[in-house]
Amino acid sequence: MTQPPKGARRSYGAEAAPYAHPSPTTTLTRARSAQYLFPSPTTTLTRARSAPYLFLLPAAVLFALFFALPIGYALWLSFHKVEIKGLGLGKGAKSEVWAGLENYTSALTDSELAASALRVLGYGAIVVPVMLGLALFFALLLDSERVRARSFARLAIFLPYAVPGVIAAVLWGFLYLPDVSPFHFLLGKLGLPEPDLMDGGPLYLAMSNIAIWGGTGFNMIVIYTALRSLPAEVYEAATLDGCSELQIALRIKIPMVVPSLVLTFFFSIIATLQVFNEPMTLKPLTNGIPSTWSPLMKVYNDAFTGGNIHAASATAVVLALATFVLSFALLRISNRRTTQGAGR
Amino acid sequence: MPHTMRRSLAAATAVLLGATALTACGSSGSGDGAAAGSGPVSLTYWAWAPGMDKVVALWNAEHPDIKVTVQKQASGDDLVTKIITAAKAHKAPDLVQAEYQALPTLVSNDALADIAPDVAGVKDKFAPGIWQQTTFGGEAVYALPQDSGPLMFFYRQDLFKKYGLSVPTTWEEFAATARDLKKKAPKQSLTTFSANDSGLFAGLAQQAGAAWWTFEGDTWKVGIDDAATRKVSDFWGGLVAEGAIDNQPMYTPSWNKAMNTGEQLAWVSAVWAPGTLTTAAPDTKGKWAMAPLPQWTEGGSSTGSWGGSSTAVTTDSKHKKAAAQFATWLNTDPVALAALVKESGIYPAATAAQTSGALAKAPDYFANQPDFYTRAAEIAKTTAPAAWGPNVNVAYTAFKDEFGKAAKAKSGFDTALTAVQSATVTDLRKQGFEVAK
Repeated sequence: MTQPPKGARRSYGAEAAPYAHPSPTTTLTRARSAQYLFPSPTTTLTRARSAPYLFLLPAAVLFALFFALPIGYALWLSFHKVEIKGLGLGKGAKSEVWAGLENYTSALTDSELAASALRVLGYGAIVVPVMLGLALFFALLLDSERVRARSFARLAIFLPYAVPGVIAAVLWGFLYLPDVSPFHFLLGKLGLPEPDLMDGGPLYLAMSNIAIWGGTGFNMIVIYTALRSLPAEVYEAATLDGCSELQIALRIKIPMVVPSLVLTFFFSIIATLQVFNEPMTLKPLTNGIPSTWSPLMKVYNDAFTGGNIHAASATAVVLALATFVLSFALLRISNRRTTQGAGR
Repeated sequence: MPHTMRRSLAAATAVLLGATALTACGSSGSGDGAAAGSGPVSLTYWAWAPGMDKVVALWNAEHPDIKVTVQKQASGDDLVTKIITAAKAHKAPDLVQAEYQALPTLVSNDALADIAPDVAGVKDKFAPGIWQQTTFGGEAVYALPQDSGPLMFFYRQDLFKKYGLSVPTTWEEFAATARDLKKKAPKQSLTTFSANDSGLFAGLAQQAGAAWWTFEGDTWKVGIDDAATRKVSDFWGGLVAEGAIDNQPMYTPSWNKAMNTGEQLAWVSAVWAPGTLTTAAPDTKGKWAMAPLPQWTEGGSSTGSWGGSSTAVTTDSKHKKAAAQFATWLNTDPVALAALVKESGIYPAATAAQTSGALAKAPDYFANQPDFYTRAAEIAKTTAPAAWGPNVNVAYTAFKDEFGKAAKAKSGFDTALTAVQSATVTDLRKQGFEVAK
């Protein structure tokens, strides 16, 4: 999840102006050419050469310490397992030994992991389109000329994003629970059927609703910002050509914010695959959510409930690779589309 | 998500962390060295019981040579993970509070020391069923019992009278009472079968005589699917399937409401129930009463336990003798136990303390039952032994998932119990333990 700005930046026409981004290499070339003009001792050259690396050092050290090293340790763990002697009680009863691909084979053949992945895909199939559709809709509404109380509306839609996921899940969980839910109270008063939202199929809707409620605001802001940065001349030209507001929205605005849509899509896919807070918080409220509902819950469960850190690491690596492959494949496809579109 | 923002934050935090880590490395190590000499010994103690610092202050006032510092922790499974991680890094504190069922897991990770030589003669101060849980039935002593949670039957006195129900003394009567109530008041239930707390089910199985983990030589035997447990699971599964009791989990806002409004008339719970009821059902204070747990055979007297914890000395401790001395004081000295009852609100495991002055008065919520603790002490004596193994957490999680599913489907608990057994055995095998067929 490190690449996205590339696709986004391209759309703003920045790619045509590489000189706009002074990169370490250009600085180096400049230093070099300066040296030809004003001959100086070689020490200056070495210093100039090492300067970019020196500047890179803090970031590189932090990256290595807090990103590469933990990943490396997780990889190391995933190839090991614990060997037990006797009853496994007392000193020296457990030792870490090489396991080869054992953890990986058991992770990949684990039916629970597959089931949790399927559940999350089903959840994502609801969350991603609905959330992005709503975000785009709201962004277009806010961007239209006739809207009133724009900043209030923008804040109101964005606000749920500021509510931490766990709090949101508790809040919605209480609203879903039949005995304490005001909705169920009203439905009961009206004599309508009261569906149990914490179970079976409706559970997906209930869970998706929390994500959509919390995520729409953020995605809307991303799309809305892209809309605001479009030049006004385009609209003027369109109006002169006789475009209605709706036509402008459909034929001009949406195609021009496609890169932002791709970006938000990319983020949403990753967030979906990593869903953890909501099901974890709702779990104690119902019999309908198993402890391995989502893949991350499975990892958590293996590591901290089952105490099997090695198997959990292998599952985590598999999950990370799947996320990586899936998001980059999607990004590739969408990038190809957008560049083709731009070429036409 | 705003990744850029998060990332810069992360970087800032990383810089800060890096800085503290560096300073920490520079200064650590000297403290331990000083304590290892002839000077006063200082011990750290990880515990979650509220008010533990006040109890420990009593010890520190009397023992200037052994100073104990309490570091407050989160309770339950989180602390187990934390202790194991700390033990792996050889940075564990001297003493830890641990639930009974977590002890084998901690011992199998080589986190707890055998303190048998330092606590000779302490054994008789506890009920055999409790002592067995800290020794696994062997010679080694891995912890000293602190509190226990004998199971009891709690019921709404007023509503029992209203519906003409009598307090069940056997499980057969319990089932009849549940059915009787359903007939008289279809909207109400005697109780619920909750799949979200495995400890209660484990306690009920204990009462029936189950032994979930046993060992012979170097081989573990898992008996979750044994006859005793099957009897318990068939009983509750049947009640749920026929709709005689509710199937919703405990400790939810719904459950609180059901307890507070009399939708549920009874609760099979432990001696600490008054505390839970005070917050869950504040409006029904003084309307509840406690009775012994229904029995499997008429005239029997046996109960299981739900919850309870112990004090253990870690393998990393440099002062195991001093730590064991403190643990003995904390869990057997009348002054310490009285303070534990008062400050931490625990039900002491030491038998003498159960009838001591500190527990003379019934809990406020049960003011209508002045002999609450006298009866509790009698019940506590009948606690059946429990047998824990090195992967209790796995069994507990499997229980929540499988029994949750079965309770939801109201299809009986037959397959659920088999599934918990096989999940537990599979995990033990996968971890490399020898498991008997």
